[in-house]
Order: sequence, then structure tokens, then C-alpha cells
Amino acid sequence: MSLVLENVNRSVDNTSHLKDINLSFEPGSFNVLLGRTLAGKTSLMRVIAGLDKVNSGRVLVDGQDVTSLSVQKRNISMVYQQFINYPNMNVYDNIASPLILAGTAKAEIKRRVQETAEMLRIEPFLKRYPLELSGGQQQRTAMARALVKDASILLFDEPLVNLDYKLREELRQELRELFKLRNSIAIYATTEPNEALALGGTTTLLHQGHVLQTGPAIEQYRYPINLDAADLYSEPPINILPGTISEQEVTFDEYASFPVAGHFKDVPVGAYRFGIRPSHMSLVPKNDDDIELSVQVEVAEISASETFLHVANKHFQLVLQLSGVHDYRTNTPVKIYLPPEKLFLFNSEGGIVKAPYPERKKGAQQHG
Amino acid sequence: MNKTQNNKAWFLVLPVFLLVAFSAIIPLMTVVNYSVQDIFDQNNAYFVGVEWYREVLQDPRLQDSLLRQFMYSGSVLAIEIPLGIAVALMMPTRGAMASLTLIVLAIPLLIPWNVVGTIWQIFARADIGLLGYVINGMGIDYNYANNAVDAWLTVVLMDVWHWTSLIALLCYSGLRAIPDAYYQAARIDRASNWAIFKYIQLPKLKGVLIIGILLRFMDSFMIYTEPFVLTGGGPGNSTTFLSQTLTKMAIGQFDIGPAAAFSMIYFLIVLLVSWLFFTTISQLDKDKTKEISHES
Amino acid sequence: MAEIRLTNLAHSYAADPEHTTDYAIHEMNHVWEQGGAYALLGPSGCGKSTLLNIISGLVKPSHGSVTFDGVEVNNVSTQDRNIAQVFQFPVIYDSMTVYDNLAFPLRNMKVLESEIDAKVREVAEILELSSILQRKANNLSADQKQKISMGRGLVRDDVSAILFDEPLTVIDPNLKWKLRRKLKQIHERYNITMVYVTHDQLEASTFADKIALMYEGKIVQFGTPRELFENPNHTFVGYFIGSPGMNLLKMTLSEQGAELGGITLSLNEEQRALLQDVGNAELTLGIRPEFVQLSANQNEDSLTCTIQHTEDLGTYKIVTVLLGEHTIKIRLDEEQQIPTQEAYLNFPNQWMKFYADDYLINSSEEDSNE
Repeated sequence: MSLVLENVNRSVDNTSHLKDINLSFEPGSFNVLLGRTLAGKTSLMRVIAGLDKVNSGRVLVDGQDVTSLSVQKRNISMVYQQFINYPNMNVYDNIASPLILAGTAKAEIKRRVQETAEMLRIEPFLKRYPLELSGGQQQRTAMARALVKDASILLFDEPLVNLDYKLREELRQELRELFKLRNSIAIYATTEPNEALALGGTTTLLHQGHVLQTGPAIEQYRYPINLDAADLYSEPPINILPGTISEQEVTFDEYASFPVAGHFKDVPVGAYRFGIRPSHMSLVPKNDDDIELSVQVEVAEISASETFLHVANKHFQLVLQLSGVHDYRTNTPVKIYLPPEKLFLFNSEGGIVKAPYPERKKGAQQHG
Repeated sequence: MNKTQNNKAWFLVLPVFLLVAFSAIIPLMTVVNYSVQDIFDQNNAYFVGVEWYREVLQDPRLQDSLLRQFMYSGSVLAIEIPLGIAVALMMPTRGAMASLTLIVLAIPLLIPWNVVGTIWQIFARADIGLLGYVINGMGIDYNYANNAVDAWLTVVLMDVWHWTSLIALLCYSGLRAIPDAYYQAARIDRASNWAIFKYIQLPKLKGVLIIGILLRFMDSFMIYTEPFVLTGGGPGNSTTFLSQTLTKMAIGQFDIGPAAAFSMIYFLIVLLVSWLFFTTISQLDKDKTKEISHES
Repeated sequence: MAEIRLTNLAHSYAADPEHTTDYAIHEMNHVWEQGGAYALLGPSGCGKSTLLNIISGLVKPSHGSVTFDGVEVNNVSTQDRNIAQVFQFPVIYDSMTVYDNLAFPLRNMKVLESEIDAKVREVAEILELSSILQRKANNLSADQKQKISMGRGLVRDDVSAILFDEPLTVIDPNLKWKLRRKLKQIHERYNITMVYVTHDQLEASTFADKIALMYEGKIVQFGTPRELFENPNHTFVGYFIGSPGMNLLKMTLSEQGAELGGITLSLNEEQRALLQDVGNAELTLGIRPEFVQLSANQNEDSLTCTIQHTEDLGTYKIVTVLLGEHTIKIRLDEEQQIPTQEAYLNFPNQWMKFYADDYLINSSEEDSNE
């Protein structure tokens, strides 16, 4: 079972939702669609499912054109953000429902429902009704219903977004295990880069209806194709500073400069945009050539072991991701350090010129 | 939400379209056809243009009953809407009492028009009716059969009895749909009960009230059976409303042409007033300032 | 301005509570000091919203008392408690303009229009609503509506506390931090007691000076974000705070030290002393993924483990290893290398926490600090 999208375009009322999408999904693969709200993730899934029509382009399953096939005739399962279950059926019947519709034998239904419920750890609740379950259990039931029917394509549209973060953490891990054993194509949409990184598999970056980049998430994190891609891959967002590279010096808007060295050596002179990940800046210099910047604290966001320190001065606003608890009050002046060797370099159109990582090791990243 | 474009949908609309055509458009066209012709028999029909319309509009019978009709619908609305809202506000929200109240309120709505007319005809009779007898017993001279004011009041009262429940039930469902957080927030903001009504309940009832007002207007404007059974339009013509005048003209005198023109005028008035109601109420709360979409 | 004190407070939604399971809130004593920024953190169903509603007066507690500045308010209605509350879903008066929304509580209190105007403009300025004061409130985005709900509390001088019930649930993710910053600024400026209910540790730690972590109707720990992270009082705190949560390993004591399912961890004098009086309690060793040291080289106290898998999350990595029959998660920085062959673990003494029946065993000196 393979799935190919060829030049898919879709627009509604003259607003383009999908632009020239060319993607192919391998049999048995786990795929992540990463993009912001309204980037086209749901539109793309609905086109794959056959819920929405394309304006142009083709959808091919195993080389067969299924573009005009209705959703009922495609072998597809979908899990949504909302926990969608039949409220008047117990968990067992909910999970069994697609099999009953398909006319599967009773004994076979029983076996498969048991097996799937076990896998998702909802076996103890088979007799209960959806409304008697917690959110996590309800979503597991919805997932079980999607998994039980052996669909050739499984679509997950931000399934964990409405759950507590602890549950999210646990289910994310289970999901990754679940898909290892399957032959179907799984496509998982999310807005969170951490989810894409944690789930592994092939990630497709969607931005304003078009595909930016496809590949393993960690590769995209290290070598984003442009500013939009770099921006998608950070939580908090990547910091951008405009600057110029001359023969000898890199200058940021008069407030800081440093000699051209390291990965900036062979770059032609001109105006650029420099990107720095929040986690790469610090409050203490790590190297002698770190750039010192004086700023004021806007807010310190603390999450257990980490602090997101939002700082600003009259030239820029930056965010730092620091380990440990740093509880600064608003407007406290601090000095921050920026290591030049960690800077991404983007041209004025936003395309990547240089990434701070040594060399690209293709396929070197192994997950799970 | 994304809309799916699918031309098959038109086929699904077709039956409805045909149904509407047969039930509304074609009969209406027939009426239009009659209203512009003078028909003597099958072979002798003359086109008269707007002649019938002119005649009907100058007819004092129509003018009088139109005025009565507006007064009637106006008083019915003026009583039923506030009363319905008040009843809805007083209704218990949970427990056995809530179900009981709902059932009691629903009863008048289940009674057919002519039965309502008959009930009131007996109930309000000065000699044997409970209501009429009691009123007279209190020393008030009341007889709907020969006093125009009494007749008028009785007809209005009957409609209030019959239809206030509808408004109350509509408002009740509207009120139940308001999340608790609104009331809690208002209590925290120290809002008085009146302020809660004015700023939370009433705005949230707008939707159901539009429906309620429209239904009650159209229904009361076209009322026929109840006053016909109760008073037969009298005494004199004091409770003869538009539809009764029309029926007399069309069936009693067989003036098909003027009756058709009358019908058209009647129809246009209902349409116009309904449209006016709808647009004014829905415009009432519109943001006058330009809507600025929030950048995200 | 008020100090909020809960004394022997308990609540059950059942009319006749018999079992402890009937209680949504178990008996507790707690103080929210005047001017503090507090968070009430916990998973769904832990009782945090019930507790908040008890403070605001929307729920009447079945036992115990609530006092504001020493005055019992159990029987005082919500209106008269002088508190403001921001709900999960924005509550605004649709038919009014932003200005009228903000002025609403003051008008209800019959404040002079000139004073209202001054106050509304001041609060609008802080909340960055000045430019939209004349717009109808119902067409605004969720974050602006939430700011209006907050503003209705801020305009009142008599407000003693502002309560927040998961106020950022419906806010777009990339606007959340802006609103969190705003909340923090407002707290710094107004010196009002604020209690913020959430299930999100990031929101709780960012907003609050002190967090009350709730679990099954009890406050299991009340402390700064750092205390909750570094010194969890209860295994649930260890699990709930941090991502991933604390490694919790069932253990027993032996002559050699701690027995962790086939692996023996030697203990120092201090730790032995700590553990000697635990009796029959079930013991758990807790250590945060951030504090476990992973190395390719063996050293004196190290334990041999096998690496199961690695998640590279860009800014950090999570390594899962097998130690005997226990699975342990380790959080490493972006630059740290992961051993490929043999791997050895170290548990630094200061970060090893011991729990008897899920509660932290405190050393005597820490006890005396309390």
C-alpha cells in the first residue's frame, strides 16, 4: 500500500488551502505533518480521506487514481482532536462498530476488539460508556476504533491536543510503539515540534498550504530549509537578528560586531538575517568569543527544570531557554551571551545560507 | 469549516423545490392571475390590470379590518412576548416541578383552534360561562356578544391564553442554553437581577425571540377560526379581521377578482412586516464599527 | 486585599458522605497570603476547581471554614466577597462595548461616571485594550475577551482576590505567553492575591510564586516551583512535575544498601540513618531524569545499564535505559554524548529522594526548617 499526492491544489472561495502538494508515503511508514494552525494539515488529511475534493492534481493509492473515489470506498481511519465516540454504545461496541459494518464474523470481532483494547490499555473499561471515562480513555477508545479495522491509511488529526500534558506524554510514547507493528500508512498531524521530534518517522513541514521540507524531524531541526522551517521547529520560536557581513566583520545593527570566522568564512558580503535557537544562548559566557548583549527581562516563564527568559532592549526582543529555575522580575537588567558559532544564516528572502552544525550526516539519526 | 463542493447536492434539493413549487408558488401564481383579470366564465376573461387592486384598497371594509388587524396583532404581541419571557424566567429549572410546568404550559398549544374558540365561547358567556358569570357577579357589566369592547378583550385574552406558552417555552429553552459561568460572573460583578436580565438573558434570548415574534405576528395576523367561532366577527364588525373579510368576499359574494387582489395585498403586508421585524431585531445589536480581524 | 485562610475545610458533593472517596476535597488547612501569586495545579478531577469555587463562594463547603482577613465568609454570597473570577471560557457581556464591559461592575456599585471613566481607561491601558474600547465585545478574539474578563476584576478597588480557572484554555498557543506575561505584570503592579487553577505546570510555574499541587482532593505539596521540582514531597509531585517525570523505583533495604530488583545500590551513612525507621512502609527511590548521570566509563559507585533507546528532541535528548528490571529515563543536553557500548549510571546523593508509602522521608534537619 503506497500513497502518492501529485500536484494537489485546493482552494475554497479563492483562498488557497493547499498549493502544489507533491508527497509520497511509503507502505508501513509513520509520517508526521507539522505546521501551525491553518497551515493546511487538516485540509491535506481531508483530501487524503476523500472528504474534500481537489481543484487539481491526483491522489494515487498503489498507483491507482482514487481522486474521485468517495470516502466510504477508501480504506481509511481517522482520529480527531475531539473525542468522538458513539455515546449510546459501550466501549466494546464502539470499538467493534467498524467491524460490524464490514460484516466481520462475531468470533473474529471479539478477538480483534480484545486485542486492540489490550494494546491501548482500555480492556478494563469495555463495558463502560464513553461519558463514564476520562478524556484520555475516551481518546484511546476513539483510537482503538480507528486501529481495529486494519485500514490501509490511518489519519490522526492532533489527537492529543485536548489532553492533559502528562497523559499526552504517555500516549505519545504508546503511539510510537503501536505503529511499529503495522503495515498501514500512518499520518499524524500536530502543531508541536516536540511531538514531531518525539514520535520520529518522516516529517513533512507544512506552511501556508505548501510543503516546506520533508525528512526526519531532527534533520529539519538542524538544517531548516528556510526561516519559516526554522521557526516551526522551536518552542519557543527561533530568534532572528538582522545583520551585515563585510570583509572582516559581522555587524548587528551597530550594537554588536564580531570578526568573520568559523562557518561565516566563505559567505559573500551583504545583508543577512541571523537565527539563534533560544537554547543556545546563556547568562554566562561559554567561550571567549561569545557576544555580550545588555537586555532587560520581560518575563521569566518557568517550567520545572527550564526557564524561558523573554528579554528585550531597544533593538530587539529575544527569548532564552535556560536549564534550571531563573526567577527574574520584569525589567531586571541582565547580560546575555550569544555564541557566534551557533548562528544560522539566512539570506534576505529567508532561505538558509549556513547552518551551525558541522556536516550533514544523511540518515544517521535513528529513532526508537 | 471547509465547504465541500459537490454538484450532486442539487439533485437532493430538487424534491424540496418541486414540493415548494406545488404547494406555494403555483397556487400563488394562480392568485396573481385572478387578481389581474375579470372572469365571467371559462371563455370570457378580460385583463383589467391593477383595477381590482385599486378597488380593494379603496374599500372601507378592507381599510377597517386592516386597522383592526394591526391593533389586534399589536396587542397580542405586546402582551404575549413580555408575559412569555416573565413566565420563562419564573419557571423552575430542575426537579419534578420543572417537568410538571412544562406539561401544563404545553396543554393550550395542543388544543385545535376551533376547540379553543368553543371553549371560550362557553367560558366567557355572561349567563352560564364561569368567567362571564363571575365578572358580572362582581358588578361589572360584561357581555362579549353585544359589547364591542368586551368582545375585543375576550378575543385578545383567548389568544394570550392559547399562545403565551409558545413564547414561554421558546424562552425557557433559550435560557437553559446560557452557561452557568455567565451568571457566576455577573454575581461576581455585583449585577442586580435586572442587570442580569438586561445584559445576559435578554441578549442571549434574541435568537428565540425573533422566531417567537415572527411566528406570533404571522399567526395572529392571519387569525380566522377562533374569533369566527367566538364572536362571528361581531358585534357589528368589531372583531372582523382581515381573513374573515377576505372569506366573506371570496366565498360569500364570489368576487374572485377583488378577493385575489385582496389576497395579494394581504400576503405582501405579512411579508413586509415580517421582514421589517426580522431586520430591525437582527440589526439591533450589530457592531456599528468596522470589524477588524485579529492578526494571529 | 485579603489573606484567604481555609480551616479544616472539606467538601463532598454527596449529601451524606460516608467514605473518604465521597469527598472531592479532603480535610485541609491552608493559607493564601495577601498579595501572593498562587497556582493550584493538578490533573483533571483532583478537586482544584471545587476548591476555587469554594473560595469564590459558588460552592458552599460541607465542612470547615473559609476566612478572608480573619472574617468567616462561609455564608457570605459571591457578590459580597469582593472577589473577581476569570473563567475557562471568556465571559463577556455580548451586547456591550468593551468600555461598558469594563465599567459594568463599577456601574453596578453606583460609582460616579467620572471615576469609572478614569479607572476603565487606566485598566484598558494596562491590558492593551485602549484602542478597541468602543467596539462591541462579541466580535473580539478569545485572548482579548479573556483580557476583558480580567479587566472587570481589576477596575474594582475593593477586590480582595482574583481567581483564574484555566484561563488560557481557549487561547491560541502562540499568544499564550503574551497573556502569561500580562498576568505577571498585573500581579506585580496591583498587589492583589491571585489564585490560578491549571493542569499545566508551565503556566503554574510561570505565574505563581508558590504552587499548591493537588492530588485526589488533597494539597500534597505547597512550595515554589523550584521546591516542587527539586524536592518533591510525594511521588505524585515527582511524577507530575517535570517532563518526563521523576524516575520512581520500588526498593527494599538490605545489609548492602538499596535493592532495586536485582541491582544493589550502596547507601551512605546519612541515607541509612534516614531509612532506618521506616518499618513496613513501601519504599520508593526517586530521582529526576535531569539528575541521573550517564557515562561510558565505569567509576566507583556506578551501576551498569543497557541503553534501550534515545529520543533526540533537538534542544535535549531523552535516553531510556534498563537498570535491572527498572526502566530509567535520563535527560541529556544537546551536546552531551551518549555512550554506544557499555553505559554506566550514577545517582548523585543529593538528588536521591526516598519515599515511604509515597511520602518523602525528610532528614531531621529539613524537618526542623519547617
